[in-house]
Amino acid sequence: MSTAPPSTQAGTSEVHTTDRDTRVAMYRLLVELRYFEKRAYDLFLQNLVKGTSHLSLGQEAIAAAFGAAMRPGDHTFATYRGHAHTLARGVPMGPVLAELLGRENGLMAGKGGSMHLTSVEHGMMGSYAIIGAHLPIACGSAWSAQYRGTGAVSVAFFGDGTTNIGAFHEALNFAKIWDLPVVFVCENNLYMEYTAIKDVTAVEHPAADRAAAYGLEKIIVDGNDPDAMHTVATAALDRARAGAGPSLIEAKTYRHGGHSRADPAKYRPDAEVQEWLARDPLPMYRARLIADGVGEDELVAIEGATAQAVDEATEFAKAGATPGEDLLLKDVWSDGGWTWRN
Amino acid sequence: MAELSYREAIARGIAQEMRRDENVVFLGEDVAAAGGVFKGTVGLLEEFGPKRVRDTPISEQAILGAAMGAAMTGLRPVAEIMFSDFFAVCWDIVVNEIAKSRYMTNGQVSFPLVIRSGNGGGLRFGAQHSQSVESWAMAVPGLKVVVPSSPVDVVGLLAASIRDPDPVIFLEAKALYPTKGEVPEGDVPDELGRAKVLRRGDDATLVAIGSMVPRAMKAAEQLATTGIDCTVVDVRSLVPLDTQTLLEEISRTGRLFTVEENPRLCGWGGELVSIVGEEIFYDLDGAPVRITTPHIPLPAADALEDMAIPSVERIAERVQKAMQE
Repeated sequence: MSTAPPSTQAGTSEVHTTDRDTRVAMYRLLVELRYFEKRAYDLFLQNLVKGTSHLSLGQEAIAAAFGAAMRPGDHTFATYRGHAHTLARGVPMGPVLAELLGRENGLMAGKGGSMHLTSVEHGMMGSYAIIGAHLPIACGSAWSAQYRGTGAVSVAFFGDGTTNIGAFHEALNFAKIWDLPVVFVCENNLYMEYTAIKDVTAVEHPAADRAAAYGLEKIIVDGNDPDAMHTVATAALDRARAGAGPSLIEAKTYRHGGHSRADPAKYRPDAEVQEWLARDPLPMYRARLIADGVGEDELVAIEGATAQAVDEATEFAKAGATPGEDLLLKDVWSDGGWTWRN
Repeated sequence: MAELSYREAIARGIAQEMRRDENVVFLGEDVAAAGGVFKGTVGLLEEFGPKRVRDTPISEQAILGAAMGAAMTGLRPVAEIMFSDFFAVCWDIVVNEIAKSRYMTNGQVSFPLVIRSGNGGGLRFGAQHSQSVESWAMAVPGLKVVVPSSPVDVVGLLAASIRDPDPVIFLEAKALYPTKGEVPEGDVPDELGRAKVLRRGDDATLVAIGSMVPRAMKAAEQLATTGIDCTVVDVRSLVPLDTQTLLEEISRTGRLFTVEENPRLCGWGGELVSIVGEEIFYDLDGAPVRITTPHIPLPAADALEDMAIPSVERIAERVQKAMQE
């Protein structure tokens, strides 16, 4: 199996179906996700982020494209690698960073951590750290939308490793037989944790080659190309909204770092890493936008404003209080408490 | 007042809640067209239609994942796991997802859902279709655990469970499906976390759930003829636990006997004995006794299954022996 990147070239000026404002908005998101993840990494190195964390560096185009294509009211379900998907739904950086730092002003007051980012008011319905679990859960929110006729679509993002667990297969079949408005997005970064996905999977394209088994179209897209991603995302969301049922998208991408903070990713061949670094979505998309007539000034302004916003988010997070004892026993039950006896 | 079987009470309980609240939906394997493998959901598809009463594939993770996702976005699903043994193939959704997510998100989501399941032995189905899993569920923070022992409690506790804003594991005693009892017409008001004293005696307190309740009652009748007068308490809800009623009734007689269908280790009775030991130790007149299934997988043969699960005779003998010591 080839691990070569898809053939889209950086800097080419093609006719894009996506309008200018949306493309600039996607660039803004790409920059925000990139700068945020870099800052999160810096804060690990300063030992301010405890526990573990899984970064989306290199994979931002998928989250950015869906963030731009989804509507308010749509539901996102992500994995433990969920910072980018959370921010892409408009969740502010400060509370997300504070959650990573375990502070009381965190998105969940420190009770969830990096792997469980959730912001229901933004349609970010959770980050799930048990592989595969959120695919059936996304089916449930899609079922609810279908039942109540809300027109909302649920989108579940997951890695290539997820395609080998049972819940993936249960969810695809379930979504298809009930025609649920759900989009399954496999971010194939070629590695399930530390192991090459090709070494542990029976087919070449771990998600797309399984689509036929569930009566779904085989969709493979360059996950480092925001325009291509946006086109595919919009089509799948429209399809779901029109009542035509689920889609399964396999987006080819690459993570710039290891699986988690503990992983230096020494198992990846240098040539492969270099090849994918050359296809970094950020500089690639920047060059393309300029080639298509977007002023560099505008992009520089976005970069400057985002850098400042990340600094402000960092200050917000660092200034957060340590969570108080009152939070410890709070919110096991809907009455706000934890009592199991009288 | 009508006489209903335990299995008929299930359909009655779900139907009443579906009529009351259009957000109540029901899904599971063979539950709609077939009316349930135990015929506990007969008539629901006919009354409420395929949009609200849905057959699923044999996909327990999908069933419970769908219930969870629906519950967190405004519906009140009732999901059926046909045999409680099958919780083992979808326990991740129950334990890691449903039970933890409210706490992890600092209260952003809630899960008003009920997972019904046929639990326990007595049907000679062998080790993979007969076990009692209430202790598994009880060990997980974030789950309520309800075990009805009579048709009227099935209707009342189902209503209370479906209206509850938190996830409820509703374990039906398979051995009790054919048993009958009087159920009042209309709404049967009930609440979670309230034990019922079914019989009062001054000598010993027998505490039971589900299928062990009628056996404890029969054992108490036999013991009364030998001069041992027993109180019998039906716990009904393990989480929340009505410790107040339990401790009062145990203090009053000074003797505690738990009657548990589950295998011995970490059964709910162990937790009750521990609470009693910590809080009313000096009210006891003798050591607490746990009457349980031995710590074994359940055998299939009727003779062997009957030896394993506490019988009326075993309960009566064990109480009598302890009271004579």
